Amino acid sequence: MSQSDDPVDDDGERHGAGPALTRRSALQVGAVLTTAPLTGQAVAAPRTYPLMARPAAPGQTMKLGATINGRQFEAEIDARTSLLDLLRERFGLTGAKKGCDHGQCGACTVHIDGRRVASCLTLAAKVDGRRVTTIEGLSDGKRLHPMQQAFIDHDALQCGYCTPGQIMAAVACVQEGHAGSRDQIREYMSGNICRCGAYVGIVAAIEEAAGKMGRRA
Amino acid sequence: MPANDTELAGNVDDAGRMLDVVAKSHPQDSARLHVTGAATYIDDIREPAGTLHLACGHAPVARGELRGVDLAAVRAAPCVVAVLTAADVPGQNMIAQAFADEPLLAEGRVLFHGQPVFAVVAETREAARRAARLATFDVVQETPILTIDDALAAGTRVLPDYDFVHGDATSALSTAPRTLSSQLMIGGQEHFYLEGMIGMAIPGEGGTMTVYSSTQDPTEVQHITARILGVPEASVMVETRRLGGGFGGKESQACQWAALAALAARATGRPCKMRLDRDDDFAATGKRHDFRADWQVGFDDAGRLLAYDVALNARCGCSVDLSVGVVDRAMFHAGNCYYLPDATIRSRRLKTDTVSNTAFRGFGGPQGILAIERVLDAVAHATGRDPLDVRKDNLFSPGRDVTPYGMKVDDTSVLRDIVDELEATSNYRARRADITAFNAENGILRRGIALAPLQFGISFTLAHMNQAGALVNVYQDGSVLLNHGGTEMGQGLFVKVAQVVAEEFGIPLEAVRPTATSTAMVPNASPTAASAGSDLNGMAARVAAAKIKARMVPVASAHWDVAPESIAFARGRVSSGNKSMTFGELASLARKSQVSLSATGHYKTPGITWDRDKRTGKPFYYFAFGAACAEVKIDTLTGEMKVERVDILHDVGSSLNPAIDIGQIEGGFVQGMGWLTTEELVFDAKGRLATHAPSTYKIPVASDVPADFRVALTNRPNSADTIYRSKGVGEPPLVLATSVFSAITDALHSLRPGAQVPLHAPATPERILMAAESLRS
Ligand code: FES
Ligand code: FES
Repeated sequence: MSQSDDPVDDDGERHGAGPALTRRSALQVGAVLTTAPLTGQAVAAPRTYPLMARPAAPGQTMKLGATINGRQFEAEIDARTSLLDLLRERFGLTGAKKGCDHGQCGACTVHIDGRRVASCLTLAAKVDGRRVTTIEGLSDGKRLHPMQQAFIDHDALQCGYCTPGQIMAAVACVQEGHAGSRDQIREYMSGNICRCGAYVGIVAAIEEAAGKMGRRA
Repeated sequence: MPANDTELAGNVDDAGRMLDVVAKSHPQDSARLHVTGAATYIDDIREPAGTLHLACGHAPVARGELRGVDLAAVRAAPCVVAVLTAADVPGQNMIAQAFADEPLLAEGRVLFHGQPVFAVVAETREAARRAARLATFDVVQETPILTIDDALAAGTRVLPDYDFVHGDATSALSTAPRTLSSQLMIGGQEHFYLEGMIGMAIPGEGGTMTVYSSTQDPTEVQHITARILGVPEASVMVETRRLGGGFGGKESQACQWAALAALAARATGRPCKMRLDRDDDFAATGKRHDFRADWQVGFDDAGRLLAYDVALNARCGCSVDLSVGVVDRAMFHAGNCYYLPDATIRSRRLKTDTVSNTAFRGFGGPQGILAIERVLDAVAHATGRDPLDVRKDNLFSPGRDVTPYGMKVDDTSVLRDIVDELEATSNYRARRADITAFNAENGILRRGIALAPLQFGISFTLAHMNQAGALVNVYQDGSVLLNHGGTEMGQGLFVKVAQVVAEEFGIPLEAVRPTATSTAMVPNASPTAASAGSDLNGMAARVAAAKIKARMVPVASAHWDVAPESIAFARGRVSSGNKSMTFGELASLARKSQVSLSATGHYKTPGITWDRDKRTGKPFYYFAFGAACAEVKIDTLTGEMKVERVDILHDVGSSLNPAIDIGQIEGGFVQGMGWLTTEELVFDAKGRLATHAPSTYKIPVASDVPADFRVALTNRPNSADTIYRSKGVGEPPLVLATSVFSAITDALHSLRPGAQVPLHAPATPERILMAAESLRS
C-alpha cells in the first residue's frame, strides 16, 4: 500500500516525506518483531490456495436411495465411491474403519440386508434400495446389543480398531448359524484380523452373545 | 498360587492397606466407545472445511543418484493444489533422531525402494494418489545391497560393530568337551497396526501448528515437525488420543507423516491430512530387524553351557533409526535366562538399501533370545537329553547369576519356580512320553513339545529416557482430569494409570477422566515403549495426585479441627472419625480456601547406570519372567503345522489390572507366533517388497490361535519398588512364542534324533517341509 493511495493514516495525521510509520505498518513490524525471537525468522504468509470444487465427474454421478441404520436417505453420489467412503465421508459414520481398503482385514465390515460385507470392496451404488446397518446402528442407542456388551465383558478388544468390524461380523456369524462351537466361530471369524491378537476374548464374547441373541430372538 | 481369575482378592499396598481400585480387572476406559464405533481415531476426526490430502511419490529404485524429477504432469493433474519436494522444506529436511542420515523427502540419493521423494497435496486423497503416479524420475540406478549376506560381503554398516566380552569364550571353546556351531536366520516382521500411519496438521496463527498424529512418541513428532518447519518446539502442539495399534512401528517412524502434513499445511495455509495407503505403509515404513545369528557353543556331556560366541548380524536398512537400542537389546538378551561362564556377544549393524528397520515389540530382545533357544535345543539334541532338562540346568542360580554384560540377577528363584510350576501344570512329562510314543510310530504326522523360559529386562537402556511426567487436575465437583506423557495404543495404559490416581484419591475409577496425550499438557515425554509405560506414567501420576492430596488434607483438618493424620480418603469420601464429606465437597472447600487443585508429577527410574562405552553398570531396573509350554503337530509331507495347546505362566509382579495383563500376554504371544511361523517378508532382486498386503503377508487370524490356550499370572510382588509392585507386560509375552518354534524343532528332530535341525524363522510350511526333507535324506 503506497503513501499516495492512503495519504491519511488511521490516526488521521498526515506524515511528511520519508518512510512512514503508520499504525498499520507498526503493527506489521510489531508482528515481525514479536515473531522473530521465537522463530528465528519471519513467518511468511502462506500463498493462499482457493478452495476448489471437488472433481466433477460428468456422467459418473448417480442418485442413491438407501436405508442406513433405519433412516431413509437419498443422495447424489459419485458412482465409483465405495460404500465405506460413502459411510465415513458423506454420512460421518466413522465406526467402520479402513484397515486395508482391499477386502482383506474386515475392519470395514457392515451389514447389507443383514448380511456382512466388506464395505471397502462394495460399491456404494450397490446398496440402492437396500438396508445398511453399521456399528452405530446396532443398538437402540440406550442399551448395548448383547454382542457389544459381551465384547466389553470378555475384554475382547485392545486398540479397538478392529472392534466395530469384529462386532458386525460376529452378529452376522451368529445369525448365519455359524457360532455353534468355538471351532466354528474361529473358522467363520477368520476374515477379521485383530493385530492386537484379542482373539481369545473375541471368541469367548461371541460364544456368550450367541446364547443371549438366541434367547432374545 | 497362579491367578487366572480376573480378580485378585486381598491385594494390599506396601503399607498393608487394602487396595480398592488397583489390582482389579477393569475394562479399558474407552471400551464402550470402541464397541459402539464412537472411539475417535485421527481418520475419524471431522475434517475442517478445506482439508487437503497428501500422497507421496515413491522412489522407483532401491539405490541410485537422484538427478531430478519431472513434476510438470503432477502439478497439472486435476485438483492438485501443491507439490512439495525437499527444496520446499523451510527448516531442515531431516527426520533422523541423532545421526542426520534420513531426509523427510529424498534429496540427491535414493536410499530405498519406495522412499518418499515428493508429496502431492490435493483436494482429495484419490486425486493426490493419481497425480503422484505421473512423475518422471531421473535416477542413475546402482546395484543395491539388499540382504544380510550382501551387506556382510560389502562391509556396509550404519554403526560401528560393538561387543560384550565376558571371560574368554575363545579359549573356553577350545577346551570345552563338546562344541557345536551353526547359523540361524531370523526373519523380520511387519507391524501391520490395523490403523495405518496417519497425521493431520492444522495451521494456526503466528506460525503455530496443531498436529494430530498416530504416534507412540508425540514429543518426537513435535521435535521433528518443528525442525522441518524451522520453528521453535513451542509453536508445535502434538496430540494423540489413541492409536489403532503401534507395536513399536509408530515410535520413531510416525514423525515423517505428521511432518509432511505439517509441511503441506504450512505451504498451503490449509489443514492437511496424510494417511498412508496400506501398500505404501508396507513399503515405506520400517519393520522388525531380520537377523542372522552365527553361533558357537561349548558344553559338557550333561549339556551344561561353558562358552558361547555369537555374532548378531542385524539388517538395519538405510539409516540408524533406533538400531543402537534395538541391536543392543538383542545383545542384552543373547543369553536369555541362562548362565554363560564365558561369552562373547558380537553385533554388526548392517546397512542395506532397504527401508530403515525400527522398533517392534521386544526391540531386538526376541531375536537375541531365539538364537540362544536354538542353541539350547541343539545342545539337548546333541547330548540326547530332554530340552527342558537342559534348559533347567542352565538357568541362572545363586552364584551363577551374572549376565554377559555384567549385571547380577537377584531374583533367580522367581523364574525357577515358574518353570517348575508350569512343568507340573502343563503336565509336560506325561505329554512328552505320549509324544515320544506317537513319533516312534514313524508316521507322516509328527508332534513336538517345548517349554521355554524367559527373562526380559525392563527399562530403556538409554538411561535418560526412563522418565515421565503427568498432570492431574481436580475440579470442584470432585471429578479428576488425568494427563500423562504415555500414549494409549490398546495396551490399557490409560485405564491402569487412571486406576492409580483413583486409588490415591480414594475415589471410583469413573471419577477419573484420562485425556489425550498432548505435548502442551505434559512436555518432553519419552516414547511409550520398552514395556515401561505403566511403570513410568503410573508413578508420575501418583506423584501428581499425592501432591494435590497433601494440599487437601490440611483443608479438611482445619475444617474439622482434627489431626491431619486422622484423615482418610476412601470410596469417594474423605473422613476422620465420625466426620465425613464427599471428595467433591472437599475439593470445593479447597477451592474456597484458595488451595491449588492442579499438580504435575515427574518420575525417573532409580539406579539405571548403564554406560554403553564402558559396558558397565545396570541397564535394567528389574526383569520380567515367564514361561510357555507349546505343543504342535506338523505334517512332514506338506509342511503344514498346527499349534495344539499352549500353557503360559507369566510374571507381571502384582498385577495392576489382571484382565488387561492377560490380554497383553495372549495378544503378545499370538503376535510372536505370527512372527515365527507365518509372517514372511520377501524382497525381490530389485529391493521391492513383494509381500505388501494381507493377501501375501499372513497375519494370525482367529483360527490360528491355539484351541487350547491357558494363561495364568504369578501375581507375586515385584521386588523392585514399582507402581504397586507391578511389572511391565507389553513386550515380554511376545518372546514366549519361541516355545512354538522350539516345539516345531522338536517335532522335526524326531525324524532323525541326534541331528541338528536345519529350521530357520519364520517356520513357514515351506521351511518346515525343507527341513523335514533334509533330515530324511
Ligand atoms: S478395510 Fe475393508 S477389508 Fe480391510
Ligand atoms: S484390538 Fe487392535 S486390531 Fe483388534
